[in-house]
Amino acid sequence: MGFIDAFVKGISLGSVYAIIALGYTMVYGIAKMLNFAHGDVIMVGAYISYTVMYNLKMPVWMSIVAAVIFCTVLGITIEKIAYKPLRKASSSLAVLITAIGVSYLLQNIALLVFGSNPKMYTSVVQTPPVKLAGGELIITGKTIVTVAVCIVIMIALTLFINKTKPGQAMLAVSEDKGAAQLMGISVNGTIALTFAIGSGLAAVAGVLYLSSYTTLDPYVGSMPGIKAFVAAVLGGIGSIPGAFVGGLLLGLIEILGKTYISTVLSDAIVFGVLIIVLLVKPTGIFGKNIQEKV
Amino acid sequence: MLKKISKNTKSSFITCALVIVIYAVIQIMNSAGSLSSLIKGMLVLLCVYSMMAISLNLTVGVLGELSLGHAGFMCVGAFSSGLFTQMLKTGPMNPNLRFFLAIMVGIVCAALFGFLIGIPVLRLKGDYLAIVTLGFGEIIKSIFNALYAYKDANGVFHLSFTSPKATVTDEAVISQYKIYIDGSAGITRNPMQSTFTIGIIMLLISLVIILNLMHSRTGRAVMAIRDNRIAAESVGIHITKYKLLAFTLSAAIAGAAGALYAHNAPSLMATSAKFGYNMSIMFLVFVVLGGIGSMRGSIIATIILTVLPELLRFLNTYRMLIYSIVLIVMMLWNWAPACKNFREKYSLKRFLRMKLTKKKTEEEV
Repeated sequence: MGFIDAFVKGISLGSVYAIIALGYTMVYGIAKMLNFAHGDVIMVGAYISYTVMYNLKMPVWMSIVAAVIFCTVLGITIEKIAYKPLRKASSSLAVLITAIGVSYLLQNIALLVFGSNPKMYTSVVQTPPVKLAGGELIITGKTIVTVAVCIVIMIALTLFINKTKPGQAMLAVSEDKGAAQLMGISVNGTIALTFAIGSGLAAVAGVLYLSSYTTLDPYVGSMPGIKAFVAAVLGGIGSIPGAFVGGLLLGLIEILGKTYISTVLSDAIVFGVLIIVLLVKPTGIFGKNIQEKV
Repeated sequence: MLKKISKNTKSSFITCALVIVIYAVIQIMNSAGSLSSLIKGMLVLLCVYSMMAISLNLTVGVLGELSLGHAGFMCVGAFSSGLFTQMLKTGPMNPNLRFFLAIMVGIVCAALFGFLIGIPVLRLKGDYLAIVTLGFGEIIKSIFNALYAYKDANGVFHLSFTSPKATVTDEAVISQYKIYIDGSAGITRNPMQSTFTIGIIMLLISLVIILNLMHSRTGRAVMAIRDNRIAAESVGIHITKYKLLAFTLSAAIAGAAGALYAHNAPSLMATSAKFGYNMSIMFLVFVVLGGIGSMRGSIIATIILTVLPELLRFLNTYRMLIYSIVLIVMMLWNWAPACKNFREKYSLKRFLRMKLTKKKTEEEV
């Protein structure tokens, strides 16, 4: 049962990566920027939820709602202050470095406000575990909730993008900013909406991630952030099903690699798979191949 | 008559002169005893970071490809040269010659890695290339973090991912082993041979190599590829060859910086804080803030950004907060189109020029 156990763990971790990767991929698809601060929004979400739960003694659902609202506002604010002025900059590297600056800023604000001592985050999920195969395989409540939330978000997001006006506007902006503007779409508004959704998802991911990995410190977001970024690229950055598949794959590879090959080399294995996939299919699994025009 | 010095040569001279002046000033300050021990301890590190910044600038600014795994090459250089020194530490070799050879080993190994990684990576474009270099950097770091290099009791050299202590339990046997790289504990008791003077010499050599390359036929070919790949290809420039050349050279200089780094402290560990993507990103910050493609800018940005957090130490907890805000504001100020317009509108240069032209017109009247 060792394999299935690791498999379930991998799916659970992969679902968290998938939710984070969705935020990455949407922002990349529309603003064409790598938002390095995304991982730190996860951390902020987790801290907000922690504070609401323990310091204000509010119920769990309130803490999640508070985290999502806070991160959504935070995402829009960051976009307005730090990224929007650079949207027409001559080098795309400028906004990348600014994103890194924002990432440092969030980490250091968290360090000042909450202190450097790690906090113990207890799981927000109280669903009882499910026993399968005569009690040999136990799937924890956390896993079930994480996977379910991931699937719900995935479906909701796909419906939102394909069926609603703002969603269609997002598609249009990611396809061609100028043409979208001519069609009467507010490009700035659409980009802000994308950041809002991405950051809200990051808050959810933060709560779920910390439910499984309980130590909360100001740097907790950077590693899952970078892994989710890898997941987004693996699936084909800019593609929503790609983020989902990439996230799951990455979680599986990481956990299976840790279990069967080597704990210290598990990161190397994750990145190795990414490199192999990109060398075979340079735009990721679901990536669009854009023809180069001369 | 003296031949007129070209603009490029003049600019290169200024850059090299700047480094020499900085060196002279620091040496004078040092002999006058006005340098704090904190700054003294950072001098070699400043050379290492400057070399990393200019070598990354070669990839980002001249070749035009975003690399997020540059610390990986530094890691290769550091560990290969460190291993070389460890193996010959007890031998009869002259320590200075050994250090020189160790640096060479670091350069060659890093260049080899750069070449091998460059072949597949340089086929990719833009952000995909960035993420793959990030991946390679992390892989290199993880491998060196898990690597054991030792000679067993019979004098046979081993390189493996399992500790010799895991397989050999006999204390007497294990004491005969010579362990060079001890997994995550890395290299210990390395001789500290790096000095500020050696660092400056290496920085100057790398600077001269890069600046000469930039103003040579090869460099122009590389920059043509950066500006327009298809146009460059259509005039007969061998894309892969020139890209690989620039990338390998960049890796080699990073390897030299790594060798310098390895001999700056007695212990060397492949931790995330030293060789992870955070470091690669830090070097990228130096490059972008100093000006993409400008070697002088890279060096100045490196010095400012390395010394600034130390000078801000009196602010203790607010130090990194201020650093990050400065970073964001500087990026916005330098790059945002709105700020650029504002600066042009209210710049001192323009103000002076306006006064001059006014005078002229008045005189003409």
